[in-house]
Amino acid sequence: MGPTLRAGGYFSGLFKYGSLIAASLVALLPIVVIVMASLKTTNEFLLGGPLDPPGNWLNFDNFVIAFNAGMLMAFANTTFILVISVFGSVLIGSMAAYALSRFEFRLKRVVVFLFLLAALVPAVTAQVATFVLINGLGLYNTRWAAIVLYTSTDIIAIYIFLQFMRGIPRSLDEAAILEGASHFTVYRRVVFPLLKPAIATVVIIKGVAIYNDFYIPFLYMKSKDLGVVATSLFKFKGPFDTRWEVIAAGVVIAIVPTLVVFLALQRYIYSGFTRGATK
Amino acid sequence: MKEASAFTVQVQQVAAASARPPRSRRRSLTPFLFLLVPVGLLLVFTYVPLLNMLSYSVVKWDGLSKTREFLGLDNYIQIFTRPELFGVFGVSLYYFAGAFIQMGLALYLATILSFNTRFRNLFKGIIFFPYLLNGVAIAFMFLYVLKPDGVLDSLLNGLGIGQAGDRPLWLGDRSLVNVSLAGVSIWRYMGLNFVLFLGAIQSIPSETLEAGEMDGASRWQQFRYLIVPGIRPVIGLSFILAISGALAVFEIPYIMLFGANGSATFVIQTVDMAFKFHKFGLASAMAVVLLVIILTVTWVQRRIAPDDPVDLT
Repeated sequence: MGPTLRAGGYFSGLFKYGSLIAASLVALLPIVVIVMASLKTTNEFLLGGPLDPPGNWLNFDNFVIAFNAGMLMAFANTTFILVISVFGSVLIGSMAAYALSRFEFRLKRVVVFLFLLAALVPAVTAQVATFVLINGLGLYNTRWAAIVLYTSTDIIAIYIFLQFMRGIPRSLDEAAILEGASHFTVYRRVVFPLLKPAIATVVIIKGVAIYNDFYIPFLYMKSKDLGVVATSLFKFKGPFDTRWEVIAAGVVIAIVPTLVVFLALQRYIYSGFTRGATK
Repeated sequence: MKEASAFTVQVQQVAAASARPPRSRRRSLTPFLFLLVPVGLLLVFTYVPLLNMLSYSVVKWDGLSKTREFLGLDNYIQIFTRPELFGVFGVSLYYFAGAFIQMGLALYLATILSFNTRFRNLFKGIIFFPYLLNGVAIAFMFLYVLKPDGVLDSLLNGLGIGQAGDRPLWLGDRSLVNVSLAGVSIWRYMGLNFVLFLGAIQSIPSETLEAGEMDGASRWQQFRYLIVPGIRPVIGLSFILAISGALAVFEIPYIMLFGANGSATFVIQTVDMAFKFHKFGLASAMAVVLLVIILTVTWVQRRIAPDDPVDLT
């Protein structure tokens, strides 16, 4: 799959692999070092250098401390927000895509334009005004603030579904309608099940974005029991300031789910981002 | 329920096929119902704040009190005349430069990986993985790497480069801090550009490239005349992403340094202005300026390099 261009010469081969290996080392080094730090005892950490490996590779003490310091609750919050937001995104995105791809109606161009314009605006720019709005709606310091924001800034999901819907032949719709199905039934029984690959893509892209997001939880969910993974890890910096090995453990805890998901769903992740970007 | 009456309904519909109007009235309501929630959310949480932001930008307001003092264009004038406020534009320049380097590296790596390379998936995975990581995690990792006597210093010591004990302060030195942080940004985001370019290169029909090879084109020629035009939409997209990304930098400098030591970016300053100094009006004006810049850049890019697919035959 894909072109295989022949690279000529031994020297250029060396250069090629050299660059790739160099890039890989640069990518891996910070991660490896942090993992090592998370496994060190306080003494090892203070006495040795950052490049020294830990004495006991199974020293999980720091992880226990990190979990108790709030990472466990952070995962609970993040999971709650993530599941609901992704579910909402998939539902709303597919409904919007269904309406836009299967129907002609007077305001259609306006609606499409609204979505296109909104896609150009990066989320960070309007946060000040959004904050006032969220506050006014009484959603400040609730998990719903995040959920509502994640499901409403949902353009990518709609585009992915729209593109995918072009591949679903209308004849299927029409066959169902001829058998007496209402539009809603067509959506539910015919279209939605066929959207599965697109749903997988949206789940991954949205999931990663929400899991990693710091900005929105930081601005809208400041109270102590509403920490998500990103903000809880951030709070490690104060109390554990001189105990980098615990901070490192927190970092590793935050990273492990990402690694697991990545290894399991590699192919979907690549195709998801490539497809999501070609809007 | 439906199965039982399916036949009767079918008959009815065939019979009623000539009498269209009742059906079309029902048909015209469905899309609106489906779009009610998505568009509603869009309007409320994207457009309302945008419009409000414009109105906030011309007043003086602390975000809490009921009174706002109308200031006209005063906030905007402040942004462009007070050096501590538009100093953040200078910071953005570092990230722009970083964005270009990032794209160049990504393109280079994607291209060489597309040549007959072994362990392709392994390299691809390793180079992409940083993009998936949590911003806070990355920030802490690099605090660890860049602090005095941290990983970078130890590495340089080990390799015998430069003077041990006389290392530059990667984060402490005002003239270096943005270089370091832009570097972290490159580390973080290059993976996405890389995968996008890779996907685009792989979608170039191989006959085109083989034809070029058989005609005796060198690899550089192949790259310049066959690959680059073939992936122009992706290059254009990556460009927009890179520029708007460079303008919207927040997490890394904020988490690592709270924007101190000259590392404050536009968004950091906006956030501080609103939530630390309680100057919602000024913050809104800043956000409007940022938005205008981003929209302008996007518009310019769309003009210069429109996203139509290129025919290579």
